[in-house]
Amino acid sequence: MRTELTPEQSEQQEAFRAFADEKISPEADQYDRDERIPAETLKRLAEKGYSGATIPKENGGSGMDMITYGLLCEEIGRGSASLLSLITIQTMVSQAILKWGDDSQKAQWLPKMGKGEILCSFALTEPEIGSDAKNVGTSAVLSDGTYLLNGRKKWISGGQIADLFLIIAQCDGAPAAFLVERDTPGFFTEPIGDMMGFRSAMLAEIRMEDCRIPEENLLGRIGFGFSHVAGTSLDFGRYSVAWGCVGLARACLEASLDYTEKRKQFGVYLKEHQLIQGMIADMITNLKAARMLCIHAGHLKDSGDPSVIMETSVAKYFASRIAVKAAMDAVQIHGANGCSSQYPVQRYMRDAKVMEIIEGSNQIQQTLIAKYGYLIKD
Amino acid sequence: MTTNGTKEKIRSFLSKYIKKKDLKEEDELFTSRLVNSMFAMQLVLFIEKEFSFKVENEDLDLKNFNSINAISAFVERKAAP
Repeated sequence: MRTELTPEQSEQQEAFRAFADEKISPEADQYDRDERIPAETLKRLAEKGYSGATIPKENGGSGMDMITYGLLCEEIGRGSASLLSLITIQTMVSQAILKWGDDSQKAQWLPKMGKGEILCSFALTEPEIGSDAKNVGTSAVLSDGTYLLNGRKKWISGGQIADLFLIIAQCDGAPAAFLVERDTPGFFTEPIGDMMGFRSAMLAEIRMEDCRIPEENLLGRIGFGFSHVAGTSLDFGRYSVAWGCVGLARACLEASLDYTEKRKQFGVYLKEHQLIQGMIADMITNLKAARMLCIHAGHLKDSGDPSVIMETSVAKYFASRIAVKAAMDAVQIHGANGCSSQYPVQRYMRDAKVMEIIEGSNQIQQTLIAKYGYLIKD
Repeated sequence: MTTNGTKEKIRSFLSKYIKKKDLKEEDELFTSRLVNSMFAMQLVLFIEKEFSFKVENEDLDLKNFNSINAISAFVERKAAP
């Protein structure tokens, strides 16, 4: 397994780190309180080329390799998990269009997404459908050269501000994926507020009431909307989340190292207490293991290896678990301070928990990983 | 590559994801639910890497993916000059 970065990747990593330190981390608690990411922050991301990170240069994006993109997700995730979620959904939709879009769809959308001129959102989950995603209730009916969409989507990251939505629906009982613009008649979004975590991810509920879209907005083919189109998106979603969890766990470690060097109890700094050292050691070890799983998945992704799907699932499962553990321990180390809004570790804990739920809950990941284990046993 | 060689590579790949010892060349993979939801993209990646072409929008037809015979015929059609 290769773990070292190329000189170019290291250089990019430094730039991402500086960007997160200067532009995101200092403001992230305010995003959390305001329950929104300012437009100025999204503009900065776009100016840096981070909005179209994985879109090839010939399609108007930054053309990052998968390791470099992972490093970006790590640094953004270290600063703000909510902001990471907006990068994640942009990548999920852009990769679905890149893989399954026709030439016209690629030409229409990818350059705008690459420049950050439009923000995209991925809409699979519904009020009554979560993990059982193949059975979404949203319907699409072909009529006179248009599709008529009806149904609801819920917990949609970026749904309050996205310009373009990738909607998974059923068409004649078969899953299908559609690109829907915000200003389409019959398409409505309602903000969802006061969430525990991802508070500034600007979640929304979507209603489609006789929402009519052109036939050419079908992405992929009827029957392939879940397995192939959403499958592509979710794989990139899991990859982004896994790296974001590495960043979140690093934020927990850095906060804990800093705090334990400054606070004294029983006459010595916290870092001198062995039970504190135990938690720090677990954070460091788990973080290294999670990063290695992510790098491994990244190399497989760059080489187009079919095993990447399962290895990304493993990385997401492990990284989100260790992010929760790191965040819980970081709050524990900070004591009452950690429970207050004066320190970011309480935000890390709330956001880390969400990481175990999104892009396929960890129970779904466990089921898939275990079944794969039995398959390769012989 | 011969048709048999193509089918052997496909069978070898499928053996990692399908626990059916006597998988026949005409056995339906998707419609008989032999595979899970992740398999579709794993198969796409396998075809692209092993046979060096891109699976694209117009290739999305179950007839291209639903059995060893179907995948082999699809690969040979795409590889044809």
